[in-house]
Amino acid sequence: MAPALDVQRVRKDFPILARTVRGDKPLVYLDSAATSQKPVAVLDAEREFYETSNAAVHRGAHQLAEEATDAYEGARAAIARFVGASPSDIVFTKNATEGLNLAAYAFSNATAKAQHGSRVDPRFILGPQDSVVVTEMEHHANLIPWQELCAKTGAQLRWIGVTDEGYLNLDELDVIDETTKVVSVVHQSNILGTINPVDLLMARAHEFGAVGVVDACQSIPHMPVDVPALGADLVTWSGHKMLGPTGIGLVWGNQEVLEAMPPFLTGGSMIETVYMDHSTFAPPPQRFEAGVPMVAQAVGLGAAVRYLEDVGMDTVAQHEHDITGYALDRLEQLPGVRIIGPASNVSRGSAISFVVDGIHPHDVGQILDDRGVAVRVGHHCAWPTCRRFNVPATTRLSTYIYNDNSDIDAAVEGIVAAQEFFGVA
Amino acid sequence: MSGNVEALYQEIILDHYKYPRGKGLIADAAGESFQVNPTCGDEVTVSVKLDDHGHLHVGYEGQGCSISQASASVMSELLEEASVADVARAERAFLEMMHSKGAAEPDEDVLGDGVAFAGVSKYPARIKCALLPWMALQDARHKAGIEFDKVEKTEG
Repeated sequence: MAPALDVQRVRKDFPILARTVRGDKPLVYLDSAATSQKPVAVLDAEREFYETSNAAVHRGAHQLAEEATDAYEGARAAIARFVGASPSDIVFTKNATEGLNLAAYAFSNATAKAQHGSRVDPRFILGPQDSVVVTEMEHHANLIPWQELCAKTGAQLRWIGVTDEGYLNLDELDVIDETTKVVSVVHQSNILGTINPVDLLMARAHEFGAVGVVDACQSIPHMPVDVPALGADLVTWSGHKMLGPTGIGLVWGNQEVLEAMPPFLTGGSMIETVYMDHSTFAPPPQRFEAGVPMVAQAVGLGAAVRYLEDVGMDTVAQHEHDITGYALDRLEQLPGVRIIGPASNVSRGSAISFVVDGIHPHDVGQILDDRGVAVRVGHHCAWPTCRRFNVPATTRLSTYIYNDNSDIDAAVEGIVAAQEFFGVA
Repeated sequence: MSGNVEALYQEIILDHYKYPRGKGLIADAAGESFQVNPTCGDEVTVSVKLDDHGHLHVGYEGQGCSISQASASVMSELLEEASVADVARAERAFLEMMHSKGAAEPDEDVLGDGVAFAGVSKYPARIKCALLPWMALQDARHKAGIEFDKVEKTEG
């Protein structure tokens, strides 16, 4: 059993949680699946970097450039350690969406190059005889890049469906077959909260020689994840959902796969040699980090993972599991409220979507907001998942280390108030 | 509930949401437009035609939040059998009101129940909801060739 989390102590590290909203209401922040709040340690790290060591990294012959490079690479090492990876297998991107595009563009770039006689790794060449597999619970960031890839190459897009309970329908695993070149799946759904058996999906992908990609945006912030052990070739996630700054995301790649991949964004910093008519590229991870990178953001994220390590990811996971159980119980007792996604606290994280009979999610969110309770409403960038459950949108509450059961109580009271206000109670 | 949220959800809005007026598309529309708010999935379809007397007929369908659906109901009630000049006045007044950040003092003679949406203009995230049917109207009437400038020029 992990040690209990002292939420009141944690909250002191997050200045924003002390503010009021909509007049004099204390802020109840239940939207961490969209973005997490930032502890002072992260803000200080960014500020300190700018105040003492700011310079462009990996260039320049001066002391500041050395210090900035050390800070940037030190952050890479800290993040790598946090997910059990080697620093050389960690690529910094602007966000997870860019990470997924980096993966998808490896295929379209390789396919286009092969058509003009360049030598590329055949794993990345796609044509009409090939297929790409995702699931029906993907965030748009892990759907649209693959739709576009299929539109460019003629490959077929397939997906694994979702059961009424909100789990992947594993009877449909056979959509991954000998035609499949890439399988890209979400580890933990941002809308349903479901935690998927990605090891199973990656094993099936590898059975057919397909490249396996995992979107880990919602899992890595909330539970211990040994990234290389997921069995994927590429794993991507964002910094801002794990107490880090915006503008920084990560791709972990199996070294052999990263080395076989063509670059995504090109320009300075990612080259080996440059001539007027052609260039050769740096080895990973630099190959995928064109231009001056997000140094201060990387430093901030380095501080975020140290903060999470101090709390302990087992403690984080246990805390969120407990609060999720409490929230599911309270929501289930409310008449007229239906959970979209797993209703039991099994293989699920702390993002809970629900609908309230007779009240549109936008209106539920408005009444909650009026009481200081911040939730997300809409389709959560997972519109096809909403369609799967025949709902136009949902209200979603999501927690983190600074939430406790009293925040869930505030949300539940707000839902009851909304039901009274709209006359559906 | 706070005064702000009460101002947002005026009785008139809630009433139109619960009891939408004249819902349904018109059969032989000259123009029709489907509009969606991609951030929340609200949907409204508006269809229009002019009759032989130059009066507008407007139909709508939709699903979504109270603000978007009440706005469609209010709009259709206000504009049904209105002259093109009145449609132009109402459209301009509604758009102006929604961009006023709560400062507008709308004219009930022009906007009818539409004045109830003045409070919505204080909530940036909800302005799009209230405007959705009006955006559909604008697009539908363009498709039907109902243009204000032309009409005003010939009139005046």
